[in-house]
Amino acid sequence: MEGISLTAVGLGFIVMGAGYGIGRIGQGAMEAMGRQPEISSKIQTAMIIAAALIEGLALFAIVIAFMKG
Amino acid sequence: MNHLLKILFIAILFSFNHYAVAEENAEGHNTAFDPLVMIAHHISDSHEWQVISYTNSHGEPVSISIPLPVIIFYKGQLHGFMSSAFAHGKAIVKKGTTNFKLYHNKIYVTDEEGRIALDEENHPINEQPLDLSITKNVASMWLSIVLILWLFISSARKYTTIPSKPSGKQSFLEPLILFIRDDVAIMQIGKEKADKYLPYLLTLFFFIWINNLIGLVPFFPGASNLTGNISVTLVLSVLTFLITSFSGSKTYWKHILLAPGVPGWVKIFLVPVELVGIFTKPFALMIRLLANITAGHIIILSLFAIVFVMKSYYIAPVSILMGLVMYLLEFLVAALQAYIFTLLTALFIGMAVHEEEH
Repeated sequence: MEGISLTAVGLGFIVMGAGYGIGRIGQGAMEAMGRQPEISSKIQTAMIIAAALIEGLALFAIVIAFMKG
Repeated sequence: MNHLLKILFIAILFSFNHYAVAEENAEGHNTAFDPLVMIAHHISDSHEWQVISYTNSHGEPVSISIPLPVIIFYKGQLHGFMSSAFAHGKAIVKKGTTNFKLYHNKIYVTDEEGRIALDEENHPINEQPLDLSITKNVASMWLSIVLILWLFISSARKYTTIPSKPSGKQSFLEPLILFIRDDVAIMQIGKEKADKYLPYLLTLFFFIWINNLIGLVPFFPGASNLTGNISVTLVLSVLTFLITSFSGSKTYWKHILLAPGVPGWVKIFLVPVELVGIFTKPFALMIRLLANITAGHIIILSLFAIVFVMKSYYIAPVSILMGLVMYLLEFLVAALQAYIFTLLTALFIGMAVHEEEH
């Protein structure tokens, strides 16, 4: 509530990075599915796993932000 | 019909205002409505299960809630009583020579007058007993367990008695079970070993999914933030960690501890990273589920809090519309998070049981 904290600014950057990363994964998966629709279920699984790993990174940052308060 | 919709709309608007007033009074602040207090109250665990809170015709706040049993263990003694004895934190409960008081939903040991000492950061420094109470989350979990048992036992019984095409609940559950078996378990673990882990994966998926959905029900027997509670996600991820570690094949441990085929100086870095990785994988599972579900609850509550912060009826349609969209998204997230937890668990088990083939 008192001004902008550095933690919040850092979280903003992390969200930007994670969003960009997940966006690229989505883009790659869409293009791959467009080229090879027959293996789209496999691509989808791989996409979700990769997205979950990036999301995990962003969540670590959130946890550290919570611990710092 | 048009008329009816208008009346319904106005009724909804007024009911929300009602709610805001009650919330302010119940918290004891007569100044401004604090969205943080309201959100914290709704996402945290509680010793009573609130059904409804409103302001009566005399302008007094009324809160109707179901008292839940409190079980505390302090200095070798077990105490049990109903949470209504705390009178929403106003009364001191005397058991033997010790006094207990409820302060911000936590139980503290106090003196005769029930004084709570605070440090500079406004955190109480009083002693806390070991709290084993049946809280809102525990009661909600039991409710979900009863629901899951009824759902699955009754549909499993049908397979033994009537060998015909599935009907009712069966036709809803069968595709989901087959999806977990074929696209998650068999695909990640392999055909030979999948059967051994399938019961755990199915339990995981349906437990998380049904509890996510119960958390989204906005009225009485729902609305608890169970899968957004760190203890619940901790237990689930510890189970995954134990199953992964104990079913690890020789190849799995050899690759972690010895890192074959890697130059010697890289091993110095790689082995610690792999060792830490054993723990970070379930840790990420725990945090992912917790953060996603809690964030969803916070976003929906914040959208409704806008109306009370702005103190205007004209904001309400916008906030309700945005809330509705978020609600629909949360339905997707509820299923997606259950799926991701199950998929990643299957993936970790699959990596652990994989045997060398050359």
